[in-house]
Amino acid sequence: MGSPQDLRYTDDHEWARLEADGTITVGITDHAQDALGDVVFVDLPAVGRTVDAKGTFGVVESVKTVSDLYAPCAGEVVAVNGELSGAPEQVNKDPYGAGWIVRLRPTSAEPLAGLKTAAEYDAYLATL
Amino acid sequence: MSLLRTPLFENVKAKGGRFVPFGGWEMAVQFAGIQSEHDAVRTGMGIFDVSHMGEIEIRGRDALAAVNRLITNDLTRIADGQALYTCMCQPDGGIVDDLVVYRYGPEHIFICCNASNREKDFAWIVEHLTGEARAVDRSVEFAQLAVQGPAAPALVQRLTRVDLSPMKRYWFAEGEVAGIPSIISRTGYTGEDGFELYVPAAQGGRLWDALFDAADGALHPIGLGARDTLRLEMKFALYGNDIDATTSPLEAGLGWVTRLDKEGGFIGQDVLRAQKASGLTRGLIGFQMQGKVPARHGYAVVDADGQTIGTVTSGSFSPTLKTCIGMAYVPKSSTAPGSQIFVQVRDRAEAAVVVKTPFVAR
Repeated sequence: MGSPQDLRYTDDHEWARLEADGTITVGITDHAQDALGDVVFVDLPAVGRTVDAKGTFGVVESVKTVSDLYAPCAGEVVAVNGELSGAPEQVNKDPYGAGWIVRLRPTSAEPLAGLKTAAEYDAYLATL
Repeated sequence: MSLLRTPLFENVKAKGGRFVPFGGWEMAVQFAGIQSEHDAVRTGMGIFDVSHMGEIEIRGRDALAAVNRLITNDLTRIADGQALYTCMCQPDGGIVDDLVVYRYGPEHIFICCNASNREKDFAWIVEHLTGEARAVDRSVEFAQLAVQGPAAPALVQRLTRVDLSPMKRYWFAEGEVAGIPSIISRTGYTGEDGFELYVPAAQGGRLWDALFDAADGALHPIGLGARDTLRLEMKFALYGNDIDATTSPLEAGLGWVTRLDKEGGFIGQDVLRAQKASGLTRGLIGFQMQGKVPARHGYAVVDADGQTIGTVTSGSFSPTLKTCIGMAYVPKSSTAPGSQIFVQVRDRAEAAVVVKTPFVAR
């Protein structure tokens, strides 16, 4: 099954969705959650924090591993998914929905430029 | 260097194993997922391919006495047909490896050692054997399958004529399982009942398949991920994480397999006696995180002022307790259950409390 068409993707397996209000919602892909296994903790950034493109903004931990989260674009954190502190398994169950991680207000004009389309990301996964 | 594969590689792959490099071996880290695999072993049964483990055999007139000189536990305290868990130490008390040693008889001893230590252990044993005793590294000849969980004994019993009901924990017997000559050992690394089966390497795959066939869907393949969480919940040490050449068995809480007054002595005995007499400065404790963030191997243990006082040796989410647990070396003053410690996780100190172990009662 292909990755959702309406999202853009990083090489580090984050997805990004441009919302109607101009903010960018960020999570990790289905491939990423499957590779990590059971997610037990998500280290969320503080709202108001600024992040650089490709900078780390948090950590997702499964039973076995610790994995950094990389921002798909530069921006300010305007919201975090607080539900994950009580239910980190949402990242596994619904990575593109209830498992979203942060929402950024981008600080560049074309925040999603340079990210992969779904077709490009799926082609990339096939090479891994 | 290319990774080694166990004789069961194709059988494990066929069950959906996800492989990772582990100590030079290509091993399955998980199948269905660590949580569900862990639960399967605690409540039903699971099977592990642990063919990477080493097997060293010592034979000769003085075999038992010679091996007894190398290990901290005491082979004269058990009977033929019984096995024991032990450390093997350097003269300075540091741990060469932790082992399960099988006593066939005074002239025949069989050792299971850690995969990553096999070559080192064999060289150490050959160098330090005394009297008439000869060691042979038989690791490549064996496949090893661990069948663990409350349902495991009944499954193995269905495939063997050996009466397993009188076999107590840490006893073993030779016999056929599914028609395959096996060492049937009532041991394991999970805290559950079950067996470790040593069989000829070429027949390991056939035994794996026969066990699944006989279990009719009730047997689950288990990877290294759940093997780690299962052993951690029991506070079983993992060599290279919790114990190594710089730690003593006394510090590691393995005094119960360290016979300081053993007749005939053992390598490291003098240093360990002195360590006991002068008092230990640190100990390996179990802790529980008070928040939700896992502690990991190598994280610093700090006090309320942020001063480093120790190191986390193992840490994970506990699938049984649904909290984060770990093991750490801390100063003697902080080893009592209830002691407050902190673990440095990235940029912050997370509160943890020293708890009684095993973490999960069995």
